Amino acid sequence: MTLDWQVFMTDDGSGRTYGEWMLEAWRWTLAVAGTSWVVAMVLGAVIGTLRTLQSSPWLVRLGDAWVELFRNIPLLVQIFLWYFVVPKIIPAFQQVPGFTLVVFGLGFFTSARIAEQFKAGIQALPRGQRYAAMAMGFTTWQSYRYVLLPMAFRIVLPPLTSESMNLLKNSSVAFAVSISELTMFAMQAQEETSRGIEIYLAVTALYVVSAVVVNRIFALIERKLRVPGLIVAGATGGH
Amino acid sequence: MLGLDFSFISLDVLQKFVWGGLVFSVQLTIVATLGGIFFGTLLALMRLSGKPVLMGPASFYVNGMRSIPLVMVILWFYLLMPFVIGRPIGAELSAIITFVAFEAAYFSEIMRAGIQSIPRGQVFAGQALGMTYAQNMRLVVLPQAFRNMLPVLLTQTIILFQDTSLVYAIGAYDLLKGFTNAGKIYGRTEEAYLLAAVVYFVICFALSWGVKRLQAKISIVR
Repeated sequence: MTLDWQVFMTDDGSGRTYGEWMLEAWRWTLAVAGTSWVVAMVLGAVIGTLRTLQSSPWLVRLGDAWVELFRNIPLLVQIFLWYFVVPKIIPAFQQVPGFTLVVFGLGFFTSARIAEQFKAGIQALPRGQRYAAMAMGFTTWQSYRYVLLPMAFRIVLPPLTSESMNLLKNSSVAFAVSISELTMFAMQAQEETSRGIEIYLAVTALYVVSAVVVNRIFALIERKLRVPGLIVAGATGGH
Repeated sequence: MLGLDFSFISLDVLQKFVWGGLVFSVQLTIVATLGGIFFGTLLALMRLSGKPVLMGPASFYVNGMRSIPLVMVILWFYLLMPFVIGRPIGAELSAIITFVAFEAAYFSEIMRAGIQSIPRGQVFAGQALGMTYAQNMRLVVLPQAFRNMLPVLLTQTIILFQDTSLVYAIGAYDLLKGFTNAGKIYGRTEEAYLLAAVVYFVICFALSWGVKRLQAKISIVR
């Protein structure tokens, strides 16, 4: 079996080469993953924090329900729900582009996982930290803002790294609703050119490169934000 | 209700479309869990063997699998399997092979952590009793590692069950496909997806509740 990389130089029938198409698909992958990441981080951090508020059991329950809902339905099914079902039962969503719907799906799905990490991170802090903040006369908001969250954020960085890499990999599921990202490209180009191995190799390489870049960025953030003397324990990744 | 109509769902429809898919999804989950734990344990032992000849390939395999999206792995196997076997194989069989190979990488990380969680003294005690490496692993280390890791292994199985829906990429007939087909035939796609979501949710929620209870039980014993 010989590999023929010429396939990336050939025209795909619309005036661009398969190589150009692939790079465009890569941009879509990064766009889907990047936008979903912002959604997931914001929601995940807020919900994870709400779940640790001892004074408001209803917010805790709401947060728990959120996590259970978005964690126990397969991502592919959630994306189908956003893409097909939500626009049907909520007419306002009919004008929303498919890209945005997929971002909701991927972002909400990941937010449940990130919320779980944030909750664990805040709970991993010694209880004395919270009491110390209370003793200083801090309000709940202040104790979270100045005492708990800055440390919890550093604790959750390692699991956040693996969740972010998972998000990038999970963005491949967007192929199912015809977002023209890398996996979609791989399937279509494989069919059109029957040079599947070359195309899959290239796409796989792009996924690996993207994952490594995400990993390095987080390693950099971790180094920059490190607090001298604080050893982050229990730095096991989620899966 | 909200312009949705579930009246097409009957026992007959469930039996005709959904049941077969559910059986396949469950089969796939069970085979991939057992196969994944078996090969995953072998991979973990290779990585912990201290011998570069074994550690290198095992690390490469595990890290490689873990950095590629599952959908791409499914597509890869579906593309390559006919070359390896010499004849085309069905989407279902290809899915089973893929999931065993893919999950082995994830289970190997769990088993590695499990084996490493066993105090060194246990290994030394086995050696002091004159056990060979294989005996030590089989009789002393692995049983404890399995027990310690049981909740994590089961949680991974729940994730695995959810991931089986991705065989959509190669058109294998699983639980989701069962609902999708029923929805298409009766012109009720949206309702079918909603029902699929409910069924997945109920199964996964019940299983994770069970795992939580198991975890509570185990932590009392320790």
